[in-house]
Amino acid sequence: MPRAQLLVLQVLVAVMAIGAWHLFSSYRIFGVVVLPPFFFSTPLDVARQVVAWFATGVIWKHLWVTLWESILAFVLGSIGGAGVGFWFARRPRVAAVFDPYVKMINALPRVVLAPIFTLWLGLGIWSKVALGVTLVFFIVFFNVYQGVKEVSPAVLANARMLGMNERQLMRHVYWPSALSWMFSSLHTSVGFAVVGAVVGEYLGSAAGLGYLIQQAEGVFDVAGVFAGMFVLAAFVVVIDAFVSLAEKRLLVWRPTAGEGKP
Amino acid sequence: MRNAPAVALDDVTVAFRLGDGAAYTVIERARLTVDDGEFVAIVGPTGCGKSTLLNVVAGLLSPAAGRVVIYGEPLAALNRRAGYLFQSDALFPWKTALENVAIGLETAGTPAREARARALEWLKRVGLGTFGDRYPHVLSGGQRKRVGLAQVLIRDPRILLMDEPFGPLDAQTRQIMGNLLLDLWGADRKAVLFVTHDLEEAIALSDRVVIMSAGPAARIIGDWRVPLARPRDIAEVKLDPAFHALHRDIWHRLKAEVVKGYAQVEGV
Repeated sequence: MPRAQLLVLQVLVAVMAIGAWHLFSSYRIFGVVVLPPFFFSTPLDVARQVVAWFATGVIWKHLWVTLWESILAFVLGSIGGAGVGFWFARRPRVAAVFDPYVKMINALPRVVLAPIFTLWLGLGIWSKVALGVTLVFFIVFFNVYQGVKEVSPAVLANARMLGMNERQLMRHVYWPSALSWMFSSLHTSVGFAVVGAVVGEYLGSAAGLGYLIQQAEGVFDVAGVFAGMFVLAAFVVVIDAFVSLAEKRLLVWRPTAGEGKP
Repeated sequence: MRNAPAVALDDVTVAFRLGDGAAYTVIERARLTVDDGEFVAIVGPTGCGKSTLLNVVAGLLSPAAGRVVIYGEPLAALNRRAGYLFQSDALFPWKTALENVAIGLETAGTPAREARARALEWLKRVGLGTFGDRYPHVLSGGQRKRVGLAQVLIRDPRILLMDEPFGPLDAQTRQIMGNLLLDLWGADRKAVLFVTHDLEEAIALSDRVVIMSAGPAARIIGDWRVPLARPRDIAEVKLDPAFHALHRDIWHRLKAEVVKGYAQVEGV
């Protein structure tokens, strides 16, 4: 499908959905409002709210807080996950000892940790970062672990025949392989970093997009909730675009880098 | 030791331990010498342990019994004098063709700049001078084999181990690669151990053809000298009557083993 045509169709979906929403929430159809504004708000109210946030500038502070929390969660979680993943993959005995505990912690719904983090780290950004870290950590950890384990035996034997010592094997074989697996999960781990930040904010904070949504919800301001969701969605889309860009650059050597991804 | 053979296998037996604790013998009491500068092909039915034999010479696998002697010295660890061209794709997918070739020098401590310059020379020598910045996944099978060949030869090993290197290529490419190999080999005559299941290829390339029996417990059951003059052209040498006579001879011996080998693989 040509690009322009695809774009038109994509925009059309949004127009139809918002149009229907507007129609059913603002006009009576056979004497009833199908989507009562109290519960569903109206597209105009939501738009007005978004514009007001940007016009007064209050939104920037919240966006900044959420972005900062997400970045910290992503970076710290990635470093931890990559380090431990590497360590476990190269030391099978350590991995075997810790295996049941890793499974246990990973099976735990991370949301239940949020109150504990708030207790330990306070209402500031660090309790949200900690929540994001627990999410990102495991994704990166499993991918790096797999990446080191799944180095092709032929490539490994070749590297040894080419005279690589243990340090050079790390640098030229294990590390690139682990990185490729890690990068292929970049979309997921970045997404989880944002989820951690927003959920953390929602459960208790003084700033951020999650806080904004939670505040609106507290006073039955449905327009505010929807406006917060729209800003959040746009925020994630922008971040995801940056991730795609990074991925394309980092995985040039891969046959299908950046293709076939949703 | 000047006159010591490049490779000497002294009653080498290779066995693996299976899951249930039983030992599975792959190769039994293999005896083989390869002289310095000699091109030896090993032919055998599928699954007879040809690749295993190469891994033993490379030092990637240690034998259960017997000795591997390289230029008069018993092999204890990895064989530092050998270069190994693997059957499957063994290039580093995250490195460009040039980086793939240069890496063998860089690991030995050659400065990156010089390693790259020499790698480019080698790429030219295998006919890929303009492909230096390509990643392996955009190269064809034949091109990847050329890069692999350059990657191994740049380290100038005295012994070259090749495990069905041209197996997955089409007939024409195999012929071209065979001639390229003979050209490169003719320049400084390394000792070569070339594993293949293709008898014609074996005769066309080598000085000696060694036949292995069907596994398990494969043995070396035949050793023929190839009476064809060098330099050779792979396509032309196949028209030589001496080629046909030798082919008939060896095939006569090999056929029974091939049938046995298939019977085992198919479980008949």
